[in-house]
Amino acid sequence: MPSAAELKERIEEAFPGAQVMVHDLTGGGDHFRAEVISDRFQGLSRIQQHKLIYDVFGDEVGGPIHALSIKTQTPGDGR
Amino acid sequence: MTNDEIHSFIENAIKENKVMLFMKGTPQQPACGFSMRASGALNELGVQYAALDILPDPRIREELSAVSGWPTIPQLFVNGELIGGSDIVLEMFESGELAELLGVEQPDQPDVPAPEPEPRQAPLGLENRMT
Repeated sequence: MPSAAELKERIEEAFPGAQVMVHDLTGGGDHFRAEVISDRFQGLSRIQQHKLIYDVFGDEVGGPIHALSIKTQTPGDGR
Repeated sequence: MTNDEIHSFIENAIKENKVMLFMKGTPQQPACGFSMRASGALNELGVQYAALDILPDPRIREELSAVSGWPTIPQLFVNGELIGGSDIVLEMFESGELAELLGVEQPDQPDVPAPEPEPRQAPLGLENRMT
């Protein structure tokens, strides 16, 4: 069963220098929320940004990772 | 139905419906919080849309992901193009981009049904403290 820490680590490996936060939404190890700030997202549409995150996990999304909610930002998108 | 038939059914549904939502359950009875929020946003905007429940046959989801390259449900298509899953739909709803894309007015108070709505506390009126 994947953990939030494991997901965070894998996103960080795929996006060096990114700020990554991952929460386990239910505590059950299958519904996660990932918030990623990376300059890799610069110039990409939201669809493309989210796909990059999904690509880190491939077939696991929809499988062991039942649901992965995503929020992506570039360092410039201050809120 | 063969897998090929399901595949072309999905492609046609995307092509023939200006606003096409693939979801778990139906807009009346969503079977998942993410699907509920995506259909809730469309309901809130008052747009007409077609919805397809992917649950009755696991092959619907497999073929849909093969068509779209998107792994999760719900998936919203507008004018034949994938807009995104529930996160993107909600972000675009809240920012007004979704209303713009669909050519409708943004509601004054966007209010998407949250899975666990918390009651809002009314602010304490000034007169209550002046007695």
